[in-house]
Parts: sequence; C-alpha cells; structure tokens
Amino acid sequence: MLELTVVNKWYHYRDRLMQGIIYFAVILVCCVFIWILVDLLQGGWKHLSLDFLFDSPRDAGRGGGIGSILVSTLLILLVALVAALPLGWSTAVLLAEFVPAGSHSGRSIRYSMQVLAGVPSIVFGLFGNAFFSIYLELGFSILSGGLTLACMLLPILVSTAEAGLRAVPNSYRLSATALGMSRSAALFHLLLPVASPTLAAGLLLGIGRAAAETAALLFTSGYVARMPGSLLDSGRALALHIFDLSMNVPGGDAPAYASALVLVALLLCINILAMQLVQGWQRRRITSE
Amino acid sequence: MRLNKDKFFICIALLAVSIGWLKPGYVASEKLVLTGSSTVAPLVGELARRFELVNSGVRIDVQTGGSSRGINDTRNAIADIGMVSRALKQQEKDLYAFTIALDGISIILHASNRVAELSRQQIVDIYSGKITNWKMVGGQDAHITVVNKAEGRSTLELFLNYLKLRNSEIQPHVIIGDNQQGIKTVAGNPNSIGYVSIGAAEYEVGHGVAIKLLPLDGIDASVTNVRRGIFPLSRPLNLITNSVPTGLVKDFIEFARSKQVNDLVEAQYFVSVDAN
Amino acid sequence: MTWLRRNILFLLMRTDTLLHWVLRVGAVISALVMFLILLFLLVESWPVLQHKSPLRFFTDASWHPLEGTYNLMPILSGTLFASIGALLLAIPLGIASALYIVYYAAPCCALWYRRLIELLAGIPSVVFGFWGLTTLVPLINQLHPPGASLLAGILVLALMILPTIALTAHATLLAVPDEYLRAAAALGLSRWGVIAGVALPAAQTGIVAGVILAAGRAIGETMAVLMVAGNVVQHAGSLFDPIRTLAANIALEMAYAMGDHRAVLFVSGLVLMFLVMVLSGMVGWLGGNHHA
Repeated sequence: MLELTVVNKWYHYRDRLMQGIIYFAVILVCCVFIWILVDLLQGGWKHLSLDFLFDSPRDAGRGGGIGSILVSTLLILLVALVAALPLGWSTAVLLAEFVPAGSHSGRSIRYSMQVLAGVPSIVFGLFGNAFFSIYLELGFSILSGGLTLACMLLPILVSTAEAGLRAVPNSYRLSATALGMSRSAALFHLLLPVASPTLAAGLLLGIGRAAAETAALLFTSGYVARMPGSLLDSGRALALHIFDLSMNVPGGDAPAYASALVLVALLLCINILAMQLVQGWQRRRITSE
Repeated sequence: MRLNKDKFFICIALLAVSIGWLKPGYVASEKLVLTGSSTVAPLVGELARRFELVNSGVRIDVQTGGSSRGINDTRNAIADIGMVSRALKQQEKDLYAFTIALDGISIILHASNRVAELSRQQIVDIYSGKITNWKMVGGQDAHITVVNKAEGRSTLELFLNYLKLRNSEIQPHVIIGDNQQGIKTVAGNPNSIGYVSIGAAEYEVGHGVAIKLLPLDGIDASVTNVRRGIFPLSRPLNLITNSVPTGLVKDFIEFARSKQVNDLVEAQYFVSVDAN
Repeated sequence: MTWLRRNILFLLMRTDTLLHWVLRVGAVISALVMFLILLFLLVESWPVLQHKSPLRFFTDASWHPLEGTYNLMPILSGTLFASIGALLLAIPLGIASALYIVYYAAPCCALWYRRLIELLAGIPSVVFGFWGLTTLVPLINQLHPPGASLLAGILVLALMILPTIALTAHATLLAVPDEYLRAAAALGLSRWGVIAGVALPAAQTGIVAGVILAAGRAIGETMAVLMVAGNVVQHAGSLFDPIRTLAANIALEMAYAMGDHRAVLFVSGLVLMFLVMVLSGMVGWLGGNHHA
C-alpha cells in the first residue's frame, strides 16, 4: 500500500480505530478457527489408529473403526463421478467451444447450472428420494445416493471446466485450424491437455463437496454401517456417520471426533492438491506466454 | 501424448472394475430390509447378526426412523419388515403383527438430579409448562429443560395417551428423535427430563451413562416390573408385514420369536414373550 | 486418438459432427436435471396444492401434521431469524477479513490468513454442527438453558457463511483498478478514506453478490442447524429459545411422513428452491452488468 499523508488528526484517529476493529475481527476469526481445530484434535486424537481406519464399526460405532464407512463413501463418490464427469465436461466443452457466448441456448444452460448450484442439499435429497429411490426403484442404495450427488456436482464441474477452457488463449485454436486439424482433434490433443489442471482442480473441488455432503444422502443411501456387498446395498457415508454418532449414540463422541478429523484431513488434502494444480497451471501460463 | 494414452487406459480399467462390482449385486445374497422404531432396532440388529451367522448368504439391513416410518415403509413395500414399538391401531389392521418382546416407557432424569419420584400430575404439569423450575418439585433451583419426542414416534403416542395430553399442549425445549438421542440429551444436561424405552435406558445405564429412571405411579421402572405385568406404561415390540410372511421373512420372524434368542432379548433389557 | 490412425486428421466432417451431437446430448441431459427436480417436487406436492388452499400454511393453529394442522409460520420465522442473525454477524467479519487481506496485512500474513479462510470454507457442515453440539450448546446452556437455541444456530451458521462473504469480497476488492487507489492517494486521502470512499463503493456490486450467495447458503443449510437449534416449532421469543428451520424440518420429518404430510414437506422444499432461485437470479442480474 502506498504511503498516505495524513492531513487531519481526526482522520488519523478514525483510521486507527477502523484498523483496530479490523484487526480485532481477524483475531476473532483466527481464535474461533483454532478453537475448533484444538477441540477436534483433543477429542479425537487418542481414538485414531490404523485399526480405526480399517475395522468395521461395532456396538453402534462406539467400538471398532470406520473401515466399511470409508469404503461406502468411496463407492458413493465413484458412482457420482462416473455419472457427473461425462455430462459435466461435455456440457462445458459445448458451452466453451461450440456455442456462441450470448446465444439463447448457451444462456439458458448457464442459468440452469447457476440455479442448480444454489439449490439446498436437502432439496436434492427430496428429489433423490422421490426420483431415484422410489420412482426408479433403487431403494436405499449407494447407487441412488451417488446419482443424487452427481446432480449436485454438475454445476461445479461445468463452471470450472468452462472457465478453464475459456482461459486457453485463442491463438491455440487459430494455430490448430491453420494446421488443418479438425475441431475434435484440436479439442482432444490441444485444448483439453492445456486446460487439464483447471479441469482436475474442478474435479477435486467437486469431490470435496461430495465428500462433505450429508443432507442429500439421508434419504437416498441410507444408514447401514456394514460393508456394502454391491452398489444396490445401503451404505453410510463418513459425514452421515459423524452425524449419527454425535446425535444418537451416547458415548459416541470420541469416535465422532476421530471420524471428523479423518474427514477434515481428507478434505484438506483434496483442497491443497486442487490449489497446487491451479497455481502450477497459472505459473505455466505466465512463463509460456 | 503418451500421458493421455495412459490416463485413457486407466479410466477404462476403473470403469471395468466398477461395472464388475455391479455384477455380483444382481447375483447377490438374499436381502431383508427392516425399518422403523428406534426402540426395536438395537434388538433386531443383534437378532440379524445371529441370523446371518446361522444362515450364510443372507444380508439384513436395519434402519431406524420411528414406528410410523416402519408402518409407512411396510405398506409401500420399501421395507420387507417393519419395526413398531406398540400394538397396531384400528386403521392398521390390514397389516400383520408379530410380537417379539415386551418393553416399558420410563421417565429419565440426569443421575445428579435430587428428585427421586414424580407423581403423574407433576409430570403433566412439567410437560405442559406449568411447573418450570426443579425447586417446585423438590429439586435444586434450576429451570427444567423438557425433552419431547418428535411426532411419528410411538413412544410419544403412548406417553401422551398415558398422561391424557395432546402433543399441541406440550411445551418442549428440545425435540429429539431416537431413544438414544433422548438419552444422550438428558445425560448432557443436568436439568433435563425426558422419556425413553426402559430397555434402552437400562442398557445405557449399564454402560455407565449418567441417567436414572424414575418410578411411575410408585412402581419402579425396571424390566422386572414389566415382566411381572405391573408397570403402567408397558408396550409390545412388534415386527409387522403387509402380507402373510413367506420365505426369508417367515424364517426371520420365527427366529426372532423363538427360544434361541431369549438371551439376546434379555441382554437388551426387554422381556421375552416366551417367558409369559 | 492418435495411435488409432496414421495421421492426426480424422475423417474431418463426420468426427466433428459426431462429437457435436454427443456434446449436445450431454448438455441437454445436464440442463434437464433442473427441470426434472422441479417436476418431481411439483408432482409430489400436487395432492396438497390441489386440495388445500395455500392460506392454510399461514392460518392453521400450529404445526402438528399428525393432527392435521400445517402452519408453516413458526418454521419460516425460525429460518428467517437464523439466516438474518447469521448474516448480521458474518457480513462485518467477512468484509473485515477481506479488507485485512487486501489492504492491511503484510504479504505473508495475508497469504496465511487467506489459507485459513479457505480451510474454514472447506470444513463440512456436519463437523460445524458436531462442534456446536459438543462445545457451543453446553456453553450456552450454562448461560441460559436449554442451550440448543436460536443463538447456537446463528453462531454456527455465521461461521459457515463467513468464508463465502470473505472470499467473494476479496476477489472483488482485488479487481478494483489500481488507478482509482493511486488517484485517491494522490488526492491525499488516508487509508480508511480510500477504502470507505473509493474501494468499497467500487466493489459494492460484487460484495452484495457475495452476501446474497451467503444468504442462499444460510437459508438452505440443514445439518448444522438440525444439530444445534433445538428443533422446537415455535416463534422465537428470545435468542435462547429453540427454533426449527425449513430445511431442518424436512430432514426431521421426511422419514415418516405419509400422504398429505409428505406432500406438505415437498411444498416446503419447493418454497426453499424458489427462494434460492430468486436469490441466484439476483446475483446473476448483478453480475450480468459486469460480464462482457
């Protein structure tokens, strides 16, 4: 910030006051954050162990570990990604490459993505229950939970992928045409690889959001805490396990803290990875220009 | 370019693996889905575990949600068997009920609460908001935190029936769902009062949770008194189906009512029906 | 793919058209999802919309679905109070955080604080609810029973929407052109004078958009509020009264709702969805003024 000359004493005091208020707000936020982290660590550190990560829960979750729950969470995520990635990325490619920016269809697709992005997760849960569980007769299963999550992931994937593709300089596309490449060739060999860090970052953000999701899974993938035998079995996601342990299980606080630590650590890794990818991509862009 | 090819093959491999996982699902073991009362669920969970040990290749899924959910899901064939912690009502006579145990409902307080007994009228007044402080019933000077069950729970209905109250007359401070949530809430707040299944409460007391059960109308709330038939708020724990049970459903219900599982029933602090 | 052919030129026309059609199908399915959601919500709530007049949602005696009364007002007021309270707390803290990162902090502190905020944004709502249940509720209980109350809900919600406001404000403040700031400095304005007089007004559209996004998130939040707010259907008489929000109501009662009750829950889901659609429409309209 540039050196600013102070003309009036009153302005000087006002500035100092506002600075104090802002510093106070920042310290408040920092303290609360540290409080939450310390609480989580204090409560769950002792309960964490390698066994905890691999055993199945026993005695309503008070004993044993979260092995089967991690497997269920992974399966739900996989189903969601397999369903959402093709749809999301093809929508993004269409919006970025094939449809003019201001066209009617482009704007309506973008608007519907924007609306989807804001819909509360419990409404997705209602929809998932009515459509996947009851109408398509999938019942309480990993499949219906994963498909509901896929609907939630679409907006994130579409917006990040479209942004990534739009950020590829036009010179690439013009050079490809000059070389006589078809649009598909230009897309697969040139544009997608260049935009891939942003695509990957969007993917990771989507995974992060899906892993933290609870309300949408309450009525679609059920509560059963055992190791799922197939995609049509009910499975409990990690976030749901934390919810059940904290609300319904007296004496379930310690495993809940430990599970919360695992979940937060997982999300942390995903977010850091996503940030590294985007930063690496930005750096590459700057150095290559 | 090479990286693209490798990534492509990895994706195909992953896809194949996930489709491969789907296949066994259709050739899957037989499956039973039970939903309903949170009172019955722990017992049925234990029964299911033993049943699966005896009959391999069977998978039984148990989920809570309240007795109304049990009735709802059984009617809509979302669940194979419903769990209900009361007798069936007149309008539910199209369903088939099979009693597997007996249980009671008890008022619970925090273990540190000095109050040792409450009369029926005192309980009515506490729940309808006329008595708001523990010192009015002989306890310490603190506001009473009233814990009530959510609608759709048969524990709530039986409790209201007993007190001759309607749900709209109750002034709760916290609303809870499952029995275990009620126990956890009362154990976490020294000035609260709630009501849960005797089986669930005695089970948790046995595990060291800081609650105590109050006698009702002068009779101690214990599984012995439920067995003797003298406890005022007793109820049957039922498994319900929407048609005459056949096959796996019939096997499981017979197993649940047989003498082989009496030890499981007693371990959850319920009364086994054969004993009567 | 390259290894399938001897050169990189595909059968030009056909591959491109094929790709275009595949992409169109994918995009249409994605766009359909929103319509599918609206359709199913409408279909499931139709029984109640057909038979009962919407006025009943406001004039019935109370919310006791098993007794047939469906007054949504206490639940709506609970949602409103919780969201507004959370916004009142989170807006100053969020904007202050953004101002700190952009104008006041040394570069290393700014980096770490921004990372902290992004981390806060990444913590799942269940973990916030869990922490609230085990730490905040007993604390509030000592102040004034029962502990699980509107105040707990407001605090937890504020923590959750704070990062949204802070990060959007941060992005918008960074986009304020440097010339504005230099010109203000040249005119002799003090630091706060520049911020209040030049930077904040220039960034106000973006900050308002961020606030509206945060409001949408606060209204739709389910789990954290479910765990800490007490879930009693009543108009909150004070900050320490327990309340129930619309989203938490759906989560609580959905499992056992039958017939009309279930349809009413879907109606409240529709209400939530329309609220959020209106809010995101406003954000889009505000943002539309900026995009080329």
